Amino acid sequence: MTSLQKWGKSARTTIPVMAGYLVLGAGFGILLRTRGYGLGWALAMSLFIYAGSMQYVAVDLLTGGASLLTAAVTTLLVNARHLFYGISMLERYRAAGKYAPYLIFSLTDETYSLVAAREDLTGAECFRISLLDQFYWVLGTALGSLAGAYLNVNTTGIDFSLTALFLTVFTGQWLETKDHAPALIGLGVSVVCRLLFGAGSFLLPTMAGMLFCLLVLDARRTGKGGGSA
Amino acid sequence: MNTHAVLLIAVSALVTALIRFAPFLVFRGGRETPAVILRLGKLLPCAVMGMLVVYCLRNMDFAGASHALPEIIAAAVVVLLHLWRRNTLLSIVAGTVVYMLLVQLVFV
Repeated sequence: MTSLQKWGKSARTTIPVMAGYLVLGAGFGILLRTRGYGLGWALAMSLFIYAGSMQYVAVDLLTGGASLLTAAVTTLLVNARHLFYGISMLERYRAAGKYAPYLIFSLTDETYSLVAAREDLTGAECFRISLLDQFYWVLGTALGSLAGAYLNVNTTGIDFSLTALFLTVFTGQWLETKDHAPALIGLGVSVVCRLLFGAGSFLLPTMAGMLFCLLVLDARRTGKGGGSA
Repeated sequence: MNTHAVLLIAVSALVTALIRFAPFLVFRGGRETPAVILRLGKLLPCAVMGMLVVYCLRNMDFAGASHALPEIIAAAVVVLLHLWRRNTLLSIVAGTVVYMLLVQLVFV
């Protein structure tokens, strides 16, 4: 394959993320511009923070004059779920050599959903996918910051494309494995915690609950299987 | 004020990167990674995707005016279409278009 064909193949993999990132990136650029922060600020945040929902939260931190400590703690709470992505990509990304630092830096929810479901992807392929995803995000941010005021298309509801992306990955994983316990734990614990703790603060308890349930599941299985796995 | 904004962005970027790099720093190549962590890494993808689905749908309001019907219908379209055709792009585009039509034209 030529270099162009390789990028083309990776680009096809990233199409599901493209629309969502362009639109959500643009939404972020527009929001930031309305709060008095122009293109440079928007680009800096999308290049260096590169975490979708956190950047939206950061807009409020910026304009609300939050302290640096508040910013650090808020970032920690909003992004803690990324710990799980690293743990499940430990072996593959460690083996990715020179690509590893960028792969780890750019492991967003959406990029994770593309690479985690495909164990056949090489480090180079993961790199192209990750870079393209951030490119869409940065491009969307720039467009939103520059042209947002002139856009006249009703895009209400287009953010559902990211929900749909996660739903297709979830469904695909469900079809490909006979072991549905982890998927059910993820769904079940999240729903219970959402009901108990509310929409704003259920992620951390969900993570703790999932970790606990998965470790119990693992202990029971390895216990039965004689301890080695 | 601008200095504070620059520092705030830097802090947020640093903490985000720290979270993403943490597992790789804690379980560095030199030492043996505990087997339970590696097994956990195999169980996590399916569980995490379930969490992300719920996270995206966290603001569903069953008691509201639309009774969360746009989300329920669009999510059903995505899942059923995906079970039928296994085409990621088709499932996403169809589900998103249905959702946009519902929230813009039907449940306004």
